[in-house]
Amino acid sequence: MADEFEEFYKNLEEPELTADEKELLTQMPEIGELGESRRKFLGHAAAGGLGLFALQLLAQEQVLARMQTAEGALFAPVAEENVVAVRLQINGVEKSLNLDSRVSLLDALRERMALTGTKKGCDQGQCGACTVIVDGRRVLACLTLTASCEGKKVTTVEGLAQNDELHPMQAAFIKHDGFQCGYCTPGQLCSAVALLEEAKNGEASHATANLRTKARNLKLSGDEIRERMSGNICRCGAYPGIVAAIQEVHSGRETAQTWRFVSDEEIAALNTEEKADEIV
Amino acid sequence: MKSFKYTRSTDAASAVQTVSANKGAKFLAGGTNLIDLMKEYVERPNELVDITRLNLAQINSVKGGVSIGALAKNTDTANHPLVRQNYPLLSQAILAGASAQLRNMATNGGNLMQRTRCQYFYDVAMPCNKREPGTGCGALEGLNRIHAIFGYSDKCVATYPGDMANALYALDARVKIRSANGQERTIPVQDFHRLPENNPEKDNNLQHGELIVAIELPKNNFANKSYYLKVRDRASYAFALVSVATALDVNKNQIKQARIVLGSVAHKPWRSLEAENILIGRPATDETFQQAAQMAMKDAKPLAHNAYKVELGKRAIVLALQKAMSGGTA
Repeated sequence: MADEFEEFYKNLEEPELTADEKELLTQMPEIGELGESRRKFLGHAAAGGLGLFALQLLAQEQVLARMQTAEGALFAPVAEENVVAVRLQINGVEKSLNLDSRVSLLDALRERMALTGTKKGCDQGQCGACTVIVDGRRVLACLTLTASCEGKKVTTVEGLAQNDELHPMQAAFIKHDGFQCGYCTPGQLCSAVALLEEAKNGEASHATANLRTKARNLKLSGDEIRERMSGNICRCGAYPGIVAAIQEVHSGRETAQTWRFVSDEEIAALNTEEKADEIV
Repeated sequence: MKSFKYTRSTDAASAVQTVSANKGAKFLAGGTNLIDLMKEYVERPNELVDITRLNLAQINSVKGGVSIGALAKNTDTANHPLVRQNYPLLSQAILAGASAQLRNMATNGGNLMQRTRCQYFYDVAMPCNKREPGTGCGALEGLNRIHAIFGYSDKCVATYPGDMANALYALDARVKIRSANGQERTIPVQDFHRLPENNPEKDNNLQHGELIVAIELPKNNFANKSYYLKVRDRASYAFALVSVATALDVNKNQIKQARIVLGSVAHKPWRSLEAENILIGRPATDETFQQAAQMAMKDAKPLAHNAYKVELGKRAIVLALQKAMSGGTA
C-alpha cells in the first residue's frame, strides 16, 4: 500500500505555490523542516486550490506525524491479532487472505482488495449501503466476519456488469434516475439484483397477502418492492426511481424514461428570457 | 472491537465443549446482533466458535409436528412449505422482522438469542444492569418510550425485541438444547426467556455453553386463523413498539382455543391466559375481542413515556384477532 502512495506522489509534477503560500511557508518555520513528501502533499493540495486549508491540514498532520512510531510510515501500523487464513471467491476471482479475525467482509473488500464500490454507511446493519451477494443471497458485509466466508462466493457491485455491459438493473437505475448522490446505490443494486431471484423462487415478504399458497415467478406490486427493499435506506430519497427501475427489470415491461437532459436550444432560450427580464 | 480467537467448528459436540470450557467464549451463527454489539463494545468475547457449518439447518416433518433446525436461516424458515402451510403465523412473524439482508443471515437459534434494543444497553457510557450488573438502570427514570409495561423490575425495564419468539410461544414451540455433558434437553419456549428480576444480565435460561439445536412445533388447528400484527415507528425495517401474535381455533363461530402473545412489552414474550380464557367458548365477535383486549392490558404498569402502549396494545389485539378470523392474510 505504501509503495502505491510513493508511486503516486513521484508521478506528480512539482506544484507551483502562490506568492501568499510561499510567504506563509516562510512564516511557519516548522513547515520548513518537513520532508520531501510532505511538501509535495502541501503543494498537491495547493494546486487543487486549497492553499490555506492545506496549511491547516499540514499543521494537524505535523502533530500526527510526531505520534507515528515508524519513520516515514504513511499510517501508524496496527498490530494484527488472531490472524485467520481465508480463501474465498470475489466476483469470480479466487482470493487468499490472512487477516485479523475482527475484519468485516466490508473492510476486507474495501481496504484489502481495493473494491471500494461497496460502501460503508452505518457499519452496524441499519442502512444497507454495504449489501453484497454471498452464495446467491444478499447480506450485509458490515456484519459479516471475513473469517466466516471460507469457500464462499461473493458478488459486489463491481461484479454485476459483464465486461463493458451494464447489468440490466444498473442500466435501469440510470434510466429511471434511481439515485442522486449515489452512495447507497451499490447496496441498492446488489439488493435489487438478489430480489429478482427471490421473486422468481416465490419467496414471500411482509407484504405478501397469502403465505399459505406458494407460487413461483411472483409478479411484485409497488408495495411488495418497497417492502422487499426496506433494508436499503436512501438519504437522498430517490425511492420512486429505484422502485421504477426494479419494476421495469422485474416485469420485463419497458416504461418511459421520465427525465431528459435540457437541449442547447432550450438553454439558449432560457438565457434570452433572462435577458428580457433584465431589460424589464 | 476487542480481539478474539476465531475457530470454525465442524461438530456440535466439540463446539459445545469449546464454549463451555471458556467463560469468555460465544457461539457465532448469523452474527447480525452479536457482531453489532461487539462493535459497540457491549459484547466482548475473547473467543468465537463459528457454528454455521454444523449440520443443524434442516426443516423436517417429524412425528407430531415440524422440527426446525437452529441454524436454518430466518429466510429459509419463513419460506419453507411446511412452515408456510402449517404455521403461517411463524412465517409472518419472521417476515415482519429486520430486512431481507438480515433475514438471509440470521438463524433461528440466533433469533431467540438476540438481545434487547434498549438504548441504555447499547450505550456503554450509560448505566445498565443488563450490560454491567450493579451500575443501575438508565431507562427506569430516563427515556423509556420503547420499554416494558409488564413484568419489569427496578433493576431493568428492557424488552425482548424479537418477533419470531412471540409466534413460537403462540404455537407452543419447544426449544431443543444440547448441553456440555452431551445430553439434550427441551425447554418450552415460554420458559426460554425470563423476567429481569434481580439479574437482568441473564436474558434466558440457557447455561453457558449450551447450544440450541432445534425448535419443535407441535401440530395444531391454528393455521386457518392466525395473524401476526407488528406496530412500529415506520412501516418496515424497525423494531416493534407493540406486536401481537394471535391464533384461533374456531368451530361454527365458537372459539375453541385461542392464543394472544404480545411482543415488545416485557423482558420476554408476554402471553395473556386471562384474555385467552375470555375468548374460549364465546362467539368470535368484535365485542368478545374488545373484552379480551381489555383483560390482556388490565395489569399493565406503564413507565413515564410508554403509557401509549396500553391503548395501542388493546387496539392491536382487536385488529389482530379480526385479521386472524378473516384468514390471516395481510
